[in-house]
Amino acid sequence: MSWSRLGRLTLRAPSTTSRFQLARTIRLQLAVNILVLGSIYALIACGYVLIYRVSRVLNLAHGELMMLGAYLVLATASLFNGHPGIALAAAILLSLLTGAIVYIFLMRKMTGEMVLAAILTTVALGILVRGIVILIWSAQQQYPAQALDVSNPSLVLFGGARISMWSAVLVATTIAVYGALFIFLRFGRWGMRMRAAGQNPLLAAQRGINLHGVYALAWSLSTLTGALAGILMALDSGLTSSMPVIGLKAFPAALVGGLDSFAGALVGGLIVAGAEVLLIYYVDPLLSDVVPFLALIAMLIVRPWGVFGTREDLDRV
Amino acid sequence: MFRPPPRASGYLHTNYGEDLSLFRTRTERVSLAIFLVIVASFPFLASPFALDLACQVFLASIGALSLMLLTGYAGQISLGHAGLIAAGAFTTGILAREIAAPFWITLPASALTGIVLGFVFGLPSLRLRGLYLAVSTLALHFVVIYLGGEYETKRGFSTGIVIDPPSLAGFKLGGRGWYFVLFVAAVASLLICINLLRSRSGRAWGAIRVRETVAEALGINVARYKLLAFVISSSMTSVAGCLFAYYRGFVSVEAFDLFLSIQYVAMIIIGGIGSLLGALLGAMFVTVFPYLIEALLRLLPNAQKLAGDIFAVNYAAFGVVMILFLAFEPLGLVGIWRRLQNYFLLWPFRYKPLAGARK
Repeated sequence: MSWSRLGRLTLRAPSTTSRFQLARTIRLQLAVNILVLGSIYALIACGYVLIYRVSRVLNLAHGELMMLGAYLVLATASLFNGHPGIALAAAILLSLLTGAIVYIFLMRKMTGEMVLAAILTTVALGILVRGIVILIWSAQQQYPAQALDVSNPSLVLFGGARISMWSAVLVATTIAVYGALFIFLRFGRWGMRMRAAGQNPLLAAQRGINLHGVYALAWSLSTLTGALAGILMALDSGLTSSMPVIGLKAFPAALVGGLDSFAGALVGGLIVAGAEVLLIYYVDPLLSDVVPFLALIAMLIVRPWGVFGTREDLDRV
Repeated sequence: MFRPPPRASGYLHTNYGEDLSLFRTRTERVSLAIFLVIVASFPFLASPFALDLACQVFLASIGALSLMLLTGYAGQISLGHAGLIAAGAFTTGILAREIAAPFWITLPASALTGIVLGFVFGLPSLRLRGLYLAVSTLALHFVVIYLGGEYETKRGFSTGIVIDPPSLAGFKLGGRGWYFVLFVAAVASLLICINLLRSRSGRAWGAIRVRETVAEALGINVARYKLLAFVISSSMTSVAGCLFAYYRGFVSVEAFDLFLSIQYVAMIIIGGIGSLLGALLGAMFVTVFPYLIEALLRLLPNAQKLAGDIFAVNYAAFGVVMILFLAFEPLGLVGIWRRLQNYFLLWPFRYKPLAGARK
């Protein structure tokens, strides 16, 4: 899988560099890799957090919705041929719409059902989305960057570490998304409604807050952030139907940080990414798929509600 | 949760033997006999394909029954069922490969692995509930799969482990032999489940599922019975994994992905949570479903063109069916079955009986 190469090092250091410099470059490169992978996890994890915080539902279809967003770029790219900006904007808008549709036509029915039913509905949705995506776009690897006709140059940072352009964009996007979410939830009218609905749905509804509207908004925003992550990853390293795996690997990041905390998702992403990159480099590349879940188990043993999460009744969901 | 539907008339049981027997009335005994005759004659009439399908259904039934015990009765959510099946299959594969162990060693060894893993999977349940328990079992699934993959890579079986078919004194199992062995295994697990559920442990699990605090207040050792549910369920599952490994003759981590776990959960959801009959119906439905879709696709015009997409269509259709059951028939196939039963029980009247039947 192409994204797992993030953990490995592709260093072509000139032979004249001294050993000390090489070691320093490797350390820098590891730091950059952690930053990139951490941003990916954080950007995906904020989707889990949004939905969980507002409606106490765990969305296990997040990885698939993220992949759908990336595939939508392929569709819009052929539609708006030669206008990569418009194509990207259209794909992002479409994924916003997808989230709302998912809530209105599916998840609205599941409010008030037992935990297992709600989780399984999202799982089933994920399977459905995956099937549809393979049916439409086939299971082969696709390159949205080619379809959009954009390049992906490798940038050399200080000290010889490298980062691809789209990875840099991804890091910037993550920062922008978190900043925007912070401002929106703190000061925005709908953001305040979302926080209220998350804190106490009954009281919120009695104060005239449209709960279905708020939940639908949470689902669309979550799908939007997921799609952003999916699109940027696909632009960076291609797109296959196995992308949801990374969506699932980002879930431990959300839980390690605390399922209802955005700051937690950011920190959790960096913690999980750090553990993953370092263990892959120093121990065993095969660990790639399991490290996030080891982190999750460790966190559940020590502090089930996460680093920044509120300590709640764990079966309240 | 279901109670059995009301009997048409009262049967008076005058001794404990009668009261405890599983087949109490003549109708039940006659239908059991008919069922056994059908099961016994099936392999001699059916095609090898149908025989293979039946074997798969029996294997899936064992897994579904054990998951039903855990999730449907004890109320502990598990998304790591495929990991437990993988554990059984890998124990068998590794023992058969490394020390050429015969099946009478690998089978108990798989059960033992299941017991140990069940304990490990169960430990989070002492502290976590609901969603958090589900994700902890999910994480353990990945850990087990990782260990299996690690073994495969390190030992150089990167495509999978080939296992020789089990043999006893020169006798080897053929297609029909497998059919009967797996049928007996499925019936044995069904009997284990039935008897566990109507004994002390079953009642304890029911209480824990409904409300833990009350169960504790009733004097039930909640931690012990939770772990017991995990241990029993996962050892049964591991035995199913062992049988699976021998039946296929091949073990590889690819067979035990998350989708398999989801399929097992789908079995108990589609079958109907809280009913052993539901587990069996669900196992049958989920196992046969892909072949059904394939057959339906064949009926469509220009079927050749669709041949490459069967996998994707299967996926999508499975998702749709799961969503439909979750949203519109939470009681599952058993719910439909009970409604039919009631309809005929009450015919020609339409109203529902006062007690016992639901909805």
